[in-house]
Amino acid sequence: MFTAEMLESIKKVEATRAERIGMEPRRMTAEEKDELLRKFHPDYRQEGFQELKVGPNKGEKVPFELGTLLHSNSRIKDVPIDLNHAAYDVDVLVIGGGGAGSSAAIEAHEAGANVMMVTKLRIGDANTMMAEGGIQAADKENDSPERHYLDAFGGGHFAARPELLRRLVMEAPDAIKWLNELGVMFDKDKDGRMVTTHGGGTSRKRMHACKDYSGAEIMRVLRDEVWNRQIPIADFTAAVELIKDDRGQAAGAVLQNMETGEYKVAKAKTVIIATGGAGRLHYQNFPTSNHYGATADGLVMGYRAGAPLLYQDTIQYHPTGVAYPAQIFGALVTEKVRSLGAMLINAEGEAFMHPLETRDVSAASIIRECKERGKGVPTPTGFGIWLDTPMIEMIHGEGTIEKRIPAMLRMYLNYGIDMRKQPILIYPTLHYQNGGLEIGGEGFTKAIPNLLVAGEAVGGIHGRNRLMGNSLLDIIVFGRNAGKAAAAKCKEVTLGTMNLDHIQAYAGELEKADLHTGEVSPLLLPKYTFGMPK
Amino acid sequence: MQEMVNVYFFGKQYSVPAELTIMTAMEYAGYKLVRGCGCRHGFCGACATIYRIKGNNELKTCLACQTQVQEGMYVATLPFFPTDKRNYDINEVEAKQKIMMELYPEIYSCIGCNACTKGCPQSLSVMQYIAYAQRGDFEKCAEESFDCIGCGICTSRCPAGISHPMVGVLARRLTGKYIAPKSEHLAERVEAINSGEFDSLIEQVMQKPIEEMKELYNNRDIEK
Repeated sequence: MFTAEMLESIKKVEATRAERIGMEPRRMTAEEKDELLRKFHPDYRQEGFQELKVGPNKGEKVPFELGTLLHSNSRIKDVPIDLNHAAYDVDVLVIGGGGAGSSAAIEAHEAGANVMMVTKLRIGDANTMMAEGGIQAADKENDSPERHYLDAFGGGHFAARPELLRRLVMEAPDAIKWLNELGVMFDKDKDGRMVTTHGGGTSRKRMHACKDYSGAEIMRVLRDEVWNRQIPIADFTAAVELIKDDRGQAAGAVLQNMETGEYKVAKAKTVIIATGGAGRLHYQNFPTSNHYGATADGLVMGYRAGAPLLYQDTIQYHPTGVAYPAQIFGALVTEKVRSLGAMLINAEGEAFMHPLETRDVSAASIIRECKERGKGVPTPTGFGIWLDTPMIEMIHGEGTIEKRIPAMLRMYLNYGIDMRKQPILIYPTLHYQNGGLEIGGEGFTKAIPNLLVAGEAVGGIHGRNRLMGNSLLDIIVFGRNAGKAAAAKCKEVTLGTMNLDHIQAYAGELEKADLHTGEVSPLLLPKYTFGMPK
Repeated sequence: MQEMVNVYFFGKQYSVPAELTIMTAMEYAGYKLVRGCGCRHGFCGACATIYRIKGNNELKTCLACQTQVQEGMYVATLPFFPTDKRNYDINEVEAKQKIMMELYPEIYSCIGCNACTKGCPQSLSVMQYIAYAQRGDFEKCAEESFDCIGCGICTSRCPAGISHPMVGVLARRLTGKYIAPKSEHLAERVEAINSGEFDSLIEQVMQKPIEEMKELYNNRDIEK
């Protein structure tokens, strides 16, 4: 289903394919990478950002669209909420129904706490479900947690919070073991050894996978476990603001039924924000690989209540989003495609970079190839670069694509493109929020007692860029940890009088800064009606 | 000039650009989706959809986010279907045929109509994986059902009232936990970490000044 112009370019890709098998393009030096990022990574485009005028991070840079939400008033600023009548009264309130929230709920339940989950869509409608490539853990003989630490620390530009990164790598093997014992079907050989591959920026092959349904397989199992334990889930119910008590502790959340609009109060001794990312804010007009609800709600609620953000100005653009066809524009093409040997090739058939540089470097390099060097392939929505998928079966044998990346094969076959025989067109897509709410090593925010954060809503685990496979890992490690920590903490919590004073205080700050966006936040769902899709 | 097609959402006609998917066409027409929309990329199963092309009696099923609109498409979404999940304790069950008989006895009422397979938007052999489950061949059931996204179309079409995705997830969890070979290297590594074997190594790396870390990182050896 490619255009005639694309088919012409494919001939050039085919012409160089045989000689590319077995060769490895040079990796960039540290200096080359720095310059490339400065010139072409979207994080360096000043017009994509604005300065925060209110709140704990006042004066700092924030993506423009997130800034607008943080400069907007609460949805319930003028809505009377009766805090004396709580519909729910629990030990642990988990906000978010993805991998982090589910792991937290399972561990809190295991520890005997009275836990409930709220999610504005359904449990499992989350970025976790869409993670394809895999999950990292240093569990092979030639690997070790400190190697994993170094790879992630360097890949994240030496900005990760050491106490968080330490937890991530040291608890990684146990996270895999926990998942395996819950019944997650990891790819193994006949002797039980995990089949592991490289990801961009890894120095050892430590990417564990479940075909290219890694996140889906993990999420299905976690969801089934939450259901088996009969943990209460309020679905199609959004948390719209946190509730605090008169001592400034987190005390629950105001919930809203997404269908009827009804408000309800959930009182809780501990609250875990596990609301995920922000892809649906479409920073700098990028398409996104994220799910429908990725609108940074947790960041907005937490910030309004006084919790600071960390690295809110660093965003991950996944180098390989779908560039063509339009129906799946922006969808994720897993990094595993490159782990299995497919190279990035420009319109002239040249392998212009090493296929497994870190994601920020790869994305910037693809943008440069199209915008500066003019070697992108024109598409109806912009440009694309070839990902030479037929190489995979030349290297690993016929049938590899169907066996190892069936989701990718299926997605393209839907539109008449057989990636076993033809390369595919990719371009960076908005994928991950590197920053988020700041937490300490135990998962609690430093500013608000009894408030925890887990998963993509956390900032600082990865620094200013994240390696493939460390996000599925962080939702499990920090999700589990948050659930355990909350269950332990709730035993010593006594709540005072609940209030929503912080909403009025924040409104006052906005007024003082003369900010009038005309919007309310959190956004909850993107606005896609009437017009062409993003 | 953009090519347009006529589609019918719940029987009402709309003119939409031909390149859109059913999901984006609904939004183009003005629907603000709450149900029936999850990941938007074919992994979550939220957007099960039934349609028929005008003048054709064949009933088709698909995912709204993965299917392009066509002229004369009559569309009804299936945002929820009462799938029947049975609860169990994964640590207490055994990977034996008995567990299927206990939890999902209705699978033995399958009449072999194959409507489940015909309806599957992932093109899975759904009836076949139910047959494997009947025989207690969990590994084959797991393999055959692995790409299931749980949209529930199979369940909606089943005259025997089987909740196929739930049978699949049980078979896969049993396979992953009990049948697949154990990973010795994983268990050993967890134990080594728990016994403190890596504590000083990680401390050493964490203590290093940034310049030294950069040096280490830029010169680390990378496994071929």
